[in-house]
Amino acid sequence: MTPVAVARLVVRRLDVAGWILLAVLLLVFPLVLDEFRLSIVAKYLSLAIAAVGIVLIWGYSGILSLGQGVFFGMGGYFMAMCLKLEASAPNIPDFMDWSSVETLPWFWEPFHSLWFAIACILVIPAATAFVFSLLMFQKRVGDVYFSIVTLALSLTLSVFIVGQQGYTGGINGITDFRTFSGWDISSDTSKRTLYFITVAILLAVIVIGRTIIRTRLGKVLVAIRDREDRVRFSGYNPATFKAFVFAVAALYAAIGGALYTIQVGLMSPTLVAPPSSVEMVIFAAVGGRTSLVGAAFGTLLVGMSKSFLSETFPALWLFLLGALFIGIVLILPSGLAGVLNRLAGKLTAKRVVHEAPESVIEDGRGVRQIP
Amino acid sequence: MSAVILSVKDLTVSFDGFKAVSNLDLDVEEDELRVVIGPNGAGKTTLLDMICGKTKPTSGSIRFKDLELTKLNEYNIVRAGVGRKFQTPSTYEDLVVFENLQISYPDARGVVGSLFYRRDAKVVEKINEVAQRIYLRDHLHTKAGRLSHGQKQWLEIGMLLMQDPELMLLDEPVAGMSPRERDQTAALLKNISKGRSIVVIEHDMEFVRKIAHTVTVLHQGKLLSHGSMDAVQNDPKVIEVYLGV
Repeated sequence: MTPVAVARLVVRRLDVAGWILLAVLLLVFPLVLDEFRLSIVAKYLSLAIAAVGIVLIWGYSGILSLGQGVFFGMGGYFMAMCLKLEASAPNIPDFMDWSSVETLPWFWEPFHSLWFAIACILVIPAATAFVFSLLMFQKRVGDVYFSIVTLALSLTLSVFIVGQQGYTGGINGITDFRTFSGWDISSDTSKRTLYFITVAILLAVIVIGRTIIRTRLGKVLVAIRDREDRVRFSGYNPATFKAFVFAVAALYAAIGGALYTIQVGLMSPTLVAPPSSVEMVIFAAVGGRTSLVGAAFGTLLVGMSKSFLSETFPALWLFLLGALFIGIVLILPSGLAGVLNRLAGKLTAKRVVHEAPESVIEDGRGVRQIP
Repeated sequence: MSAVILSVKDLTVSFDGFKAVSNLDLDVEEDELRVVIGPNGAGKTTLLDMICGKTKPTSGSIRFKDLELTKLNEYNIVRAGVGRKFQTPSTYEDLVVFENLQISYPDARGVVGSLFYRRDAKVVEKINEVAQRIYLRDHLHTKAGRLSHGQKQWLEIGMLLMQDPELMLLDEPVAGMSPRERDQTAALLKNISKGRSIVVIEHDMEFVRKIAHTVTVLHQGKLLSHGSMDAVQNDPKVIEVYLGV
């Protein structure tokens, strides 16, 4: 694809809410915020990438995963292993020393290569998610049972990481890295650069997600969400479709995790554990569970109110955050995106009426009518 | 006599010892419109469930053309040419009628295929043709969730028509319909039964009389009577079951 074609695709895939998001991220934040705040926003944007995946599986396919932290963590740890080796070269990572692991374990060895780490981030979480969920869905483990299994998975993995301190850094996680392939990542300019890279990747996952939703596969996913049986009796095997979209969400989470690690300079089992996994679902719920752009808004709103409330009301902030979440779910069941789209709908109502006779189907290509 | 398309032999299914269907034999011929009637709990829906693979029989065989259906899973039975409409209308409420029909078109049923699928003019033509037949030509862009109950029933029949099945299984297609809608449905079924076999479960006797070629009566999982509507209605065994005399 040429850059022009990519730009055209982006333009075609963004709605009003999408443009607002883009304007806020590219114009408002970089002008208003200092590097420190900007890197906090970037941290939430990496979480937003995982939340976009949750919208795909939960909002569009009816699969509620309470264990996206598993894939977020996979991506994060693969990146952290690579950065840690770079930071501690030529010695082994410090935490191994403390746990009297004296030589670098064999599975750490290949992470000297950045490309190997990136390949792992892009392949292993998605492949694991596909195989794991396909086994579940083939056995017709669905709905709340699937959610419970993912929750258990997230708990298991975080406990496992804590237990293997010599190999994983244990409860403290992996931290203390300053360079990314020789590039100093703690300076102000690199923080800005990383922020824009994260915005670009967030935009890419939203556009790709929208593209998937508009294909026949996207329609089949919605059909599965609403009537899985009917889809099965239309000759499809819903299990492979659900496993596919689950793998896409896992890939998104892994990319988010990797970006998080680079920007925050830390990867720890806390981010794998259930509270963090459930929080990602909250981001999607606040944004509106069927809006990919909404997921980004939701993450930013929850994330920033968290930062603001915890600084202003150190003792009360968690309660206030809870109240915010309950309030939004009660008052705005379709989240922030629902509000924005309703407003946009009012503004563009006239235009829509004009267009209706020609573009009859929502993908705009129109349907040939037989007179 | 035309050829037999569906042959059920000695079919039994028991749920925890309760035999919902027992030792049932049933043949459906090509081009036949068969109606299965019987009191509640006679095993009618269970029979359809077994034919379309939703329920696995305890013993017995179901042959569709050359295929043993009891050994296939649901989507492969559909791909072999058996379509099933459920008792409560099952449509994709959040998609418009057009999309409901499009998904049901037997094309690109794999993940990769459906991801890169482009519909062609042929499919659109087929969708328009089916929509015309099911009286939803003017509702192509209405979300299925906003259709009336009767229209949802038609839509689900339309979704089956998109698959062009050789055998259609319809579970109570006129349930919840107005008298006018019933007449339209009777016309629809007559129209679509050309070139395929249809098995209908129905309670409404007037409707059955309008459409049926032959009627099978089930009672407590067993075959009670079989023949033309008149023959069945005058069968003393059937009268006993229905009127309890």
